[in-house]
Amino acid sequence: MIRFENVSKTYEGQSKAALLNVNVEIEKGEFVFLVGTSGSGKSTFLRLVLREHRTTRGHIMVAGKDLNRLASWRIPQMRRQIGTVFQDFRLLPNKTVAENVAFALQVIGKPRSHIRKTVPEVLELVGLDGKEDRMPDELSGGEQQRVAIARAFVNRPMILIADEPTGNLDPGTSVGIMKLLDRINRTGTTVVMATHDVSIVDQMRKRVIELENGHVVRDESRGVYGYQH
Amino acid sequence: MRLNYILSDLGIGLKRNMSMTIAVVVTIWVSLSLFGSALLAREQVDLMKGNWYDKIQISVFLCTKDSGGRGCSGAEVSQEQKNRIQQVIQTNPDTAPDGVFSESKQEAFESFKKLYKDSPIVSTVTQDQMQESFRVKLKDPQRYQNLVSAVAGLPGVDTVQDLRQYLDPLFKALNGLQVGALIAAGLLLVAALMQISNTIRLAAYARRREIGIMRLVGASNFYIQLPFLLEAVLAALIGAVFACGTLWVGVYFVVMQRAQETFRVWQWVGAAETFRATLIMVVVGLILAVIPTFLTTRKYLKV
Repeated sequence: MIRFENVSKTYEGQSKAALLNVNVEIEKGEFVFLVGTSGSGKSTFLRLVLREHRTTRGHIMVAGKDLNRLASWRIPQMRRQIGTVFQDFRLLPNKTVAENVAFALQVIGKPRSHIRKTVPEVLELVGLDGKEDRMPDELSGGEQQRVAIARAFVNRPMILIADEPTGNLDPGTSVGIMKLLDRINRTGTTVVMATHDVSIVDQMRKRVIELENGHVVRDESRGVYGYQH
Repeated sequence: MRLNYILSDLGIGLKRNMSMTIAVVVTIWVSLSLFGSALLAREQVDLMKGNWYDKIQISVFLCTKDSGGRGCSGAEVSQEQKNRIQQVIQTNPDTAPDGVFSESKQEAFESFKKLYKDSPIVSTVTQDQMQESFRVKLKDPQRYQNLVSAVAGLPGVDTVQDLRQYLDPLFKALNGLQVGALIAAGLLLVAALMQISNTIRLAAYARRREIGIMRLVGASNFYIQLPFLLEAVLAALIGAVFACGTLWVGVYFVVMQRAQETFRVWQWVGAAETFRATLIMVVVGLILAVIPTFLTTRKYLKV
């Protein structure tokens, strides 16, 4: 589903590479934790998958397509197959829960009938039924993240990318979010999650890829967070 | 693509940017009005040229007792001299066939009285003081030099007047005005361009959250650009409509009501020319809106 072939990325104006010779293959339906200290290259990894940046060297294949060869006008189409969730939720504060989720479908031109049917379904899946008309600031952090996940998943993407989704949440709430991501993963969606959360990684026992200074230093299936820093 | 979503977005965008939108509308209004006036001025010059050059004639004034021209000897022009002058004019290759008319003192006095009928000067002038003249029409009004030099200096010729001498400075002045109006319009149009791109930058900043999410979930670039484009086009259209209205009002009051009544001899720009000018103005206004919008949105909405 996602394949990195000798990928290096050096940001403009910087001498140190953010990623260096990374080779990773993530299969369809996998759940992968991306761990490592700040600045280890986790965010760069995710951004490259989203094609927010181009690689400096090497190739990235997403769903069989070489991102370097993708014409820029095709990038939006590619991104429709990837859902993304962030630490800071990124909800639109002037829209209700349902409108926030519907927005993702509206702007890619989905018909209204489809939106009316899909949005309640996905809100139920994330456990927010009954809160459709709330505004984001009326919700708890965990609920806001559920809205964000609903928005990322409403178009049934093949890949879900989560950049520290539990970073702003307390441990109890985080467990709920992880259960939700696990449920989404069981529908066949590939999940790639960057995290600092030791206990979550240790509990879930999924594949762990550890980055350090832009290198992959560990890649274990059913891994733990690793060395206690 | 959902039109009502785009339209509601457009409404929000316009409201949020009300003051900038008004500034854009006003700038486009004024600049397009100037631009349209310049277009009309040019049409007017062409009309006047056609009009005047068509009627243009060379006037050969003959000597009186008092005239001091090169061919005069302090006496009235004699019949013999007149015949000779007429012959020279008629045989000149640039003279139009049947293009020579002679104006007697009496005829000159009549037209003088008509021209200055309200002026006290009429009572002080006698028929005797008028100059006889030949009026010559040319085959090609551009080629007057040859005839002028052939006739000037003949015995009995006081002065040779070519109307172009008097009209050309007028046309030059009109051309100058037109160029000035075009430059002013051009500067204002550039200002409008920059204003539009600034407005879009602000609007893009105000909507950066939405835009960020649109890009994330894979909205097409065109879809992201469309509200900005509509906003700019709408502002430009409003400005262009105001400008067209201004031009029509100007043409109606200045040309149709005043100039046409006062100077009936001239042909004036009318509805057809104004309509043509307004069409060009609308097109220019739209181009003005679309180009900076595309450039600016490409820059600020980069995927």
